Amino acid sequence: MQQDLIDAVKAHPRYQELVCTRKCFAWNLTFLMLVMYYGFILVIAFAPKLLGTPLSAGAVTTIGIPIGVVIIISSFILTGVYVFKANGKFDDLTKAIREDLQ
Amino acid sequence: MKRFALWGVLFALLTPFMLAASPALSGAVEQQALNLTAIYMFVAFVLATLGITYWAAKRTRTASDFYTAGGGITGFQNGLAIAGDYMSAASFLGISGLVFSSGYDGLIYSIGFLVGWPIIMFLIAEQIRNLGKFTFADVSSYRFGQTQIRTMAAVSSLVVVAFYLIAQMVGAGKLIQLLFGLDYWMAVVIVGVLMMVYVIFGGMTATTWVQIIKAALLLCGATFMAGAALYHFGFSPEEMFRQAVEAHPKAGAIMSPGSLVKDPINAISLGLALMFGTAGLPHILMRFFTVPDAKEARKSVFYATGFIGYFYILTFIIGFAAIVLLAQHPEFFKPAALAADGSVIKAQLVTGINGGTNMVAIRLAEAIGGNLFLGFISAVAFATILAVVSGLTLAGASAISHDLYANVIARGRSNETTEIRVSKFATFGLGLVAIGLGIAFESQNVAFMVGLAFAIAASANFPVLVASIFWSKMTTRGALIGGFAGLISAFVLTVLSKAVWGDVLGHVGADGKPVGLFFLDNPAIISIPLSFVCIWIFSRFDYSERAKIDRAAFDAQRVRCETGIGAEGAASH
Repeated sequence: MQQDLIDAVKAHPRYQELVCTRKCFAWNLTFLMLVMYYGFILVIAFAPKLLGTPLSAGAVTTIGIPIGVVIIISSFILTGVYVFKANGKFDDLTKAIREDLQ
Repeated sequence: MKRFALWGVLFALLTPFMLAASPALSGAVEQQALNLTAIYMFVAFVLATLGITYWAAKRTRTASDFYTAGGGITGFQNGLAIAGDYMSAASFLGISGLVFSSGYDGLIYSIGFLVGWPIIMFLIAEQIRNLGKFTFADVSSYRFGQTQIRTMAAVSSLVVVAFYLIAQMVGAGKLIQLLFGLDYWMAVVIVGVLMMVYVIFGGMTATTWVQIIKAALLLCGATFMAGAALYHFGFSPEEMFRQAVEAHPKAGAIMSPGSLVKDPINAISLGLALMFGTAGLPHILMRFFTVPDAKEARKSVFYATGFIGYFYILTFIIGFAAIVLLAQHPEFFKPAALAADGSVIKAQLVTGINGGTNMVAIRLAEAIGGNLFLGFISAVAFATILAVVSGLTLAGASAISHDLYANVIARGRSNETTEIRVSKFATFGLGLVAIGLGIAFESQNVAFMVGLAFAIAASANFPVLVASIFWSKMTTRGALIGGFAGLISAFVLTVLSKAVWGDVLGHVGADGKPVGLFFLDNPAIISIPLSFVCIWIFSRFDYSERAKIDRAAFDAQRVRCETGIGAEGAASH
């Protein structure tokens, strides 16, 4: 890639916006995912009995089951949230930068 | 020429099935009677996939066609193929078996395998698509000294592929022996030869379509199985859990975390290896180059996460339903596990099942859908192994031809034709090695190998990849030392763990039980930070000329990584 093209992209106001918002957004989601998963692992490690609490009095199903399923479903939803924003806003910003420079 | 070669191979492959019919019926003790329904269905799968390979072979001309299917796979198709790569026979049979024997612990494993996907999405998927061409080493070596970093990345790719491949081949041999009544060596040879045909003739196009078909079949089969099982309980999970607790020797303990996770540090270490290992598996990362752009790369992770998550929920239902339903089928158990009246003894439910707990999903298929559905699920399990080893071999072959040959040995001066030829020879060589190791490891305990592959992927590939994308001050020296520190520490600590030092190498303690020299089952909690620390220290205090070039090149890498500008050259198809 040419140095002048790199400088032009870096100087583009939309580029700074793209880099900052994407960085914040991606790392926030990563952080959320890590907290959710390692929270779950820490409960297993230090308080496994907590997950064995019955959902209601007399029920066999424990709260560990819906919690596990919720983690699986949230993983899917969080990737969906990222795709929605990236394929919309981030791609629009990228497109704007490219059009300005070509 | 290609056409004749394909038909020749097809014929050669079908012959052993016919020949196998007579000796296998008399069969060894652990070998089942020849399952004809399963074989017909598997032959149908093989014929269909060879047809696809023939079609793909005609379209595979350039290096880009061979490594990445010309970048012409859509996000949805690639999502299905990624899910296919991930839903190996080990996760289908292994996790449903784990749920059957330990209940909730199976769910902990499934979640660990799944949560790596969002991380891949947020941090590396589109970055890899924008920076790389054919292999993940394109990305980790993007601004660094090509010779050193590509060699390091290729070595760690090949080590990961080798351990994963051995585990799959041994699993394949044993499973097929059980399901189809074929000899172990014959099963390994069939898998090895078919995989070589797919990869050598059809490249990534054939490998991807084999994977897509298999993933669709597996998802349909598992959906039917879980649906039919839930129907039995009136679609009430509570009713299923209640009956499972009654039937299981561990009773209520199967509804909460059990003995699988011994102590906090082991639990966290395993969690780290599962989560970040996924983001460092070469055959998975390679799939991001088969889509045309970053947008499709993102979509493919989204679909893959959905399919994989759905699949793990199904295996959880299958495992729990099997506890109740298999207990009603004494014919699936060893005679010693049966009481005088012919029913299954409760205490023997887990240990007494014929063929071990890995066969639980297969037995449930028979209990639910009779011989026809058993044949279908058996054929799908065989197809699964075949598709996964093809993907692995293609990733290994591209590490040899694209990274080691074209960029290190020929230093970028080779032409495309030679590079494709090298990769085909590499595939052939890897196929032979896989068959050889598969047969050599027949009676070895290979359970630790998938864990080791994940640990190395998490400790060598992932740290270098993520630091090279995000950290501007990283240098060639830091990447090289950090990568090797992760690779070597993960390997050595695994060898010293109880699973290898005690169970495989046979070292026992004073009480006669297997022991390890190192207290962790999985080294990730030490090896991943070690790799990052080495990357940081050796980059930070690197005052060489090369380091200046590495740091200066970050801006250009960043611009391309963020916007995809300049990626068209690499991705021009």
